[in-house]
Amino acid sequence: MPLRAKVASSVSRTAAALSRAAGRGDGSVIGGWIGLKIDPDLLAHLSAGRAIALISGTNGKTTTTRLAAAAVGVLGRVATNSFGANMPTGHTSALAKAGSTPYAVLEVDEHYLAQVLEATDPHVVALLNLSRDQLDRAKEVAMMAQLWRSALVKHPEVRVVANADDPMVVWATTPPPQHDPRIAPPHVTWFSAGQRWHDDSWVCPECGSTIQRSGVQWWCSGCPLRRPEPQWVVEDDGVLDPTGAWHKVKLQLPGKVNIGNAATALAVAAEFGVRPVDAVLQLGSVASVAGRYAQVDRDGRNIRLLLAKNPASWLEAFDMADHAPTLLSINARDPDGLDTSWLFDVDFAPLRGRQVLITGDRAYDLAVRLDVNDVPFQHVQTFGEAVRAVPPGRLEVIANYTAFQDIRAELDRVN
Amino acid sequence: MSTESLRIVWIYPDLLSTYGDRGNLLILARRARQRGMPVETLEVRSDQRLPATADIYLIGGGEDGPQALGAQRLLADGGLHRAVAQGSVVFGVCAGYQLLGTSFFAKGTQYRGLELLDLASDRGPTRAVGELAGEVDPRLGIPYLTGFENHGGRTRLGPGVAPLARVSAGVGNDGQTEGAWRGKLLGTYSHGPALARNPALADLLLRWATGVHQLPPLNDTWHERLRSERRHAVAAAARP
Repeated sequence: MPLRAKVASSVSRTAAALSRAAGRGDGSVIGGWIGLKIDPDLLAHLSAGRAIALISGTNGKTTTTRLAAAAVGVLGRVATNSFGANMPTGHTSALAKAGSTPYAVLEVDEHYLAQVLEATDPHVVALLNLSRDQLDRAKEVAMMAQLWRSALVKHPEVRVVANADDPMVVWATTPPPQHDPRIAPPHVTWFSAGQRWHDDSWVCPECGSTIQRSGVQWWCSGCPLRRPEPQWVVEDDGVLDPTGAWHKVKLQLPGKVNIGNAATALAVAAEFGVRPVDAVLQLGSVASVAGRYAQVDRDGRNIRLLLAKNPASWLEAFDMADHAPTLLSINARDPDGLDTSWLFDVDFAPLRGRQVLITGDRAYDLAVRLDVNDVPFQHVQTFGEAVRAVPPGRLEVIANYTAFQDIRAELDRVN
Repeated sequence: MSTESLRIVWIYPDLLSTYGDRGNLLILARRARQRGMPVETLEVRSDQRLPATADIYLIGGGEDGPQALGAQRLLADGGLHRAVAQGSVVFGVCAGYQLLGTSFFAKGTQYRGLELLDLASDRGPTRAVGELAGEVDPRLGIPYLTGFENHGGRTRLGPGVAPLARVSAGVGNDGQTEGAWRGKLLGTYSHGPALARNPALADLLLRWATGVHQLPPLNDTWHERLRSERRHAVAAAARP
């Protein structure tokens, strides 16, 4: 590593430690920010000599990164940005902090995939899904797929692990028709993890025709785009690998969606040569991910935290949550997106019959949504009030990003 | 109103549904049912024929490609034009508002609109993203409009339409006026579930559709709290 990079890396580690010691955060962004100021190529320097996997998509990337890091850990030490700091500053910080490791598994914000592909020269990139998320700020879904597609065309050597169930991901992974035929298309391994959310992929991104669906299959009615045959498939509470062997997946994390994330993690690990039979044992060691799924006991209540940031992830959260009293909290601060319209893309009917409490900066937006949805609820001003309002036993908390962080802070930044 | 029940059609949710647009369908149907009206809702996809006999038609927001495709299919279908000729109500939001006009821009190209409202839309210099508010045309008899806008368009109104509101926060059509209406056709840049923040607007559409001028009042506690909270937030943001 050049001297400048060494200095930058060392300063970056110190800043992160100071940030944590001062109680100002996880230290997962600030260190990288300072390091990149000193050496703009620091991320590339820190990546050199490591075998790297990037994991990106709208939903599930933090959890999948955690699971994939555990699976790749069979081979040796793995650097990873486990606090969900998923932009280049976070990657820089994570790699600097980890020191020299043979492997790295990095979660990447979908907007930064092109930049991070360029800087880290990864061995494998996993593409999970693309759906509507913070539309007042984020790129629209079709534009995001186009960005991914352009980025992948520039890196034909990278191995791709991609979701066969998401037409936008499949399209992004397919080289455009005017692609230079002398350059081989990327090597793609397809996985199928199921997809509850279809509302962003009714129109073919290639030709504008309607996407037809039947069971798990989908195909464009106007062009050859269709669901590829997946090599990794979720079946019951386990995963079928490309040889047809089935592996039972025992997770501490709830929900079918996490079996899907596990399948992706196994596929990523396999790209490094990890056998699924070895990797699958590691997945059960993951108990919570940056506070997500964490359980805290307080005043006789067992509080479980579920993060849901956009319509697709709310549907998954309802699937994961027990039939128990449920607190919903919604903010619309910058990291959440300022627009709450998406609440009407979520059907809250699964909550009928549960005791529902609501709170957060934008509780009234949620109140109107639940009222229209015929879901009775009670509005509470504070988290403490919510805890007192429910009987002893499980309290499920489903919150969007900053609301989740607020509640996590109340619970002493539980991880 | 059609003979047996109030029929509400949501046009092309496969193309034009980006920002919780379903909310408008849910809110209209619920407010009608709460008044004892039988309601039939119909979601018509872009590969289906549009029935011309419904009472209310909703068109939502969408990205450029789907907007252009939606306009093209509605022109070819002709059902919406027949419905309007028979006196149906149309409520267009964002992209759905623009395509009711004579022309709009998508992906850098000018497209022909449905020519149901005398207005034309262009690309603006900047994207308008944020809270939108304004006093509504007093002839409509409803309180101020509150919403969230997210669009790159600027819309010029012709003499054949009246603005829905005078802008007090946000951009709307051009920073001065917001939305437009004529007869029983109404469009707004207040996107997505616009009726969640404006239940009186929902009732206006129901009055137009049913001809019933005195609808029984409903308990709008949460809608009113939301409106008031948003109004204070907009006022606080405007303070220097």
